[in-house]
Amino acid sequence: MANVQYKDPEEMIAETGWNDHFHEHHHGDKYQSNFFATYIFSTDHKMISKQFLITGMFWALIGAAMSIIFRLQLGFPEADLSWLQPILGKWIVVNEGIGKLDPEFYYALVTMHGTIIVFFVLTAGLSGTFSNLLIPLQLGARDMASGFLNMLSYWFFFLSSVAMFYSLFLNTGPFAGGWTAYPPLSALPQASSGSGAGMTLWTVSLALFVVSVLLGGMNYITTVLNLRTKGMTMWRMPLTIWAFLVTAILGLLSFPVLLSGLFLMLFDRGLGTSFYLSEIFIGGKALDHVGGSPILYQHLFWFLGHPEVYIIILPAMGLVSEVLATHARKPIFGYRAMVYSMLAIGFLSFIVWAHHMFMSGVNPWISNFFVVFTLIIAVPSAVKVFNWIGTLYGGNIRFNSAMLFSIGFVSMFISGGLTGIFLGNSAIDIQMHDTYFVVAHFHIVMGIAAFFGMFAGIYHWYPKMFGTFMNETLGKIHFWGTIFGAYAIFWPMHYLGMAGVPRRYYSFDAFDAFKHFADTNKFITTAAIVVFALQVMFVINFFYSIWKGKKMTTPNPWLSTTLEWTTPIEAGHGNWVGNLPVVHRWAYDYGKDGKDYIPQIEPMGKDESDSDH
Amino acid sequence: MAHATVDHDVHHDHEEKAAYWEGGREAFKASYGKLMMWYFLLSDAFTFAGFLIAYGTLRFSMPTWPVPDFVFQAFPTFGVIPEAWAHHMPLVFVSMMTLILIISSVTMVRAVQEGQQNNKRGVVFWMLLTVLGGAAFLGCQAWEWTTLIKGENVSITRNPFGRHEVNGTYTVDTHGEAYKEGVKAEKFEKGHGYLLHAQTDHVTHQPVLDENGEPKFIHRSFVTDKGEKGELSFGPKAFGALFFFITGFHGFHVFSGVAFLLIIMLNVASGLYERRNNHYEMVEKIGLYWHFVDLVWVFVFLVFYLL
Repeated sequence: MANVQYKDPEEMIAETGWNDHFHEHHHGDKYQSNFFATYIFSTDHKMISKQFLITGMFWALIGAAMSIIFRLQLGFPEADLSWLQPILGKWIVVNEGIGKLDPEFYYALVTMHGTIIVFFVLTAGLSGTFSNLLIPLQLGARDMASGFLNMLSYWFFFLSSVAMFYSLFLNTGPFAGGWTAYPPLSALPQASSGSGAGMTLWTVSLALFVVSVLLGGMNYITTVLNLRTKGMTMWRMPLTIWAFLVTAILGLLSFPVLLSGLFLMLFDRGLGTSFYLSEIFIGGKALDHVGGSPILYQHLFWFLGHPEVYIIILPAMGLVSEVLATHARKPIFGYRAMVYSMLAIGFLSFIVWAHHMFMSGVNPWISNFFVVFTLIIAVPSAVKVFNWIGTLYGGNIRFNSAMLFSIGFVSMFISGGLTGIFLGNSAIDIQMHDTYFVVAHFHIVMGIAAFFGMFAGIYHWYPKMFGTFMNETLGKIHFWGTIFGAYAIFWPMHYLGMAGVPRRYYSFDAFDAFKHFADTNKFITTAAIVVFALQVMFVINFFYSIWKGKKMTTPNPWLSTTLEWTTPIEAGHGNWVGNLPVVHRWAYDYGKDGKDYIPQIEPMGKDESDSDH
Repeated sequence: MAHATVDHDVHHDHEEKAAYWEGGREAFKASYGKLMMWYFLLSDAFTFAGFLIAYGTLRFSMPTWPVPDFVFQAFPTFGVIPEAWAHHMPLVFVSMMTLILIISSVTMVRAVQEGQQNNKRGVVFWMLLTVLGGAAFLGCQAWEWTTLIKGENVSITRNPFGRHEVNGTYTVDTHGEAYKEGVKAEKFEKGHGYLLHAQTDHVTHQPVLDENGEPKFIHRSFVTDKGEKGELSFGPKAFGALFFFITGFHGFHVFSGVAFLLIIMLNVASGLYERRNNHYEMVEKIGLYWHFVDLVWVFVFLVFYLL
């Protein structure tokens, strides 16, 4: 194997690539001509991907820090938090020298933690980053179909971020009615202090976010369908691209429904309509609202909300599939099964939303259908898990940070997925709903797992983005600390949940039944603090490595087959200097015919058979 | 011989189709811009679907709903049509609006067709007609809204339109006063619509307002055929909110469409697309949007006016 000579990809593309006349146009000159066009209002997908990533990291730190603060309240309810006063100001109420977290603000923290992590970090930060980076690069395209709309997609996300960030500093606090924003808490400005200006900004922010997702999604789908290079058939696309395609389709079809829901919400809040509000008394006085349906909002919300969890997890699945195959030096196991299972998951994700509403007064008979479809999702999910394990089996595994996080992803996805089968049953859900069991389930299966996919992606494609490597030792510490820490946080929560401990409670003083969980809560909070510290370390590693990291010396450090590693180390606008690469094979020719890997741009040998599908 | 040729053609056609998906070409034989318009419309369809589902949910959770034939029976007199007729033309006005919008889709098709033949003047002419059609539709909608808001006191939080649930007889006249001598008591039937009229000042003919600044309504009392007494009440509130919200959202789409049509028409006139030499693709894209807005109206028309 060592004797195999690999051709320089640049020479190969010059020989076998095709000329798309890209460099004959002179817009390359104008492009990236100054600081603003290069770094701020860039239309280059590579820069936009970095913008998404760094904004996402900013939000991840805020979202995670919030969780630490409310975990302190849960783990150490007696502790003096006055040291937090410099950051939280009046939300720390000091009484006789003991600082306490304001209960109202506790709800705000829980709400914002959810909103921020789900939408800003794991949707924009994950899909936004890697769809932008990889779709053009792995397909052999010069850029996204519309660079301009792509830029707008980021800036709408930015505006949405500004609105949400501003709401954190409101005198009345940000929205505090839970990230799902159920009415009436969300629809009546007088319902709680966060339901006023905080909720208005929350709604505006999410409406802007929907615009960002739609602009991005239209671009991703169009680029995948129309801008593949010669030879890049659909069945030769890396699984990352399939994942981004399905993700974008889900986003395009589900986010508009959230937009409808938000518009109706704005009307209820501002103009006195009663779409979501039926007869309500506040302070003994009947409100004017009659005839609305709070369940209607829940349907509209979860019609987005359920596909949304797949919008979060599918890109992670794609990234992990790619990283696993590359670092196991083996073709991905069951490529077509992987694609079909993603399509199946995507389809099913649209017909299971009411499993979030079993306890909301939905007809139990209708719930049966949602139970069945929900449980069916276990099938394609299991297919994927078996294929990942099959890929690892007998592989020549490189245990680097990217690979470790990918394996960690599979572990998390299994652990969290299994509890999903519990919760998908409407009968068991009567006991489990709104307990820490649910919190543990979704944090493991779509929180931690998606983060692991993201970390795998960052460690793996970091050299592509910045031309340097992240520190491996820190990366490994990051992985081992995070996987043990994450299980330490969320594993015990299952027991809390099974005992009936409800989520979103400020304190459990009043419940004798939950007293013996005080130590468990302490343990969870301590683990959370350690894990948070490790993420700070990751961020430091990330930024330090941009400037001081080990420099990339060859364009293809992982010896990958895919096209993004055939571009120059410092790829400029248009990605490839001369011709565009032509693709001759699928993305997973690892360990074929005695060769360690065969790049997609290498023509088929005379006696070679197409090993894909 | 003839057979062989056909077979060959079919085979060729199949290969040709497959080739579009092999990369380096446009998969659907459509440019990326057109695809993106399609995807935008798809997402927009889901937004409208969300609204229409909200409409369905709320409407069918209500015990009663206004009668469209009764609500939408006004027609502008233009100073020519007798008042009496103008108040009893169920769905005539909205049908006219709908016809205008559909015709504007036809003119749009002609504009696209002229564009494919690179006939600049033709494109401008037919686009202008489309713009006029869109503007006329918006004008009609403005009149319809004004009639409902000013004339019939409907708002997003108030709905004086109701539906009779039983047969009966009014015991007072339309002003809420006892019948005058010799006037026969008015009867009504189950399923018919009614409108609560606002009290008007005898001198100024302006609505009489209560202490909250709201008009005072006349709730006519009646006796059902079974002998039960009752009085007219407001219809479901959601009617006004849904009507103004959904037709307003559609109207906003028409308005944006007219604005974009105008801009693109001016671009056509300036020769911009001629220089790009891409067969007026921009006209085609705005055409897709325009037909979509037209299609959405068909659904809005169905749920608000026909059902």
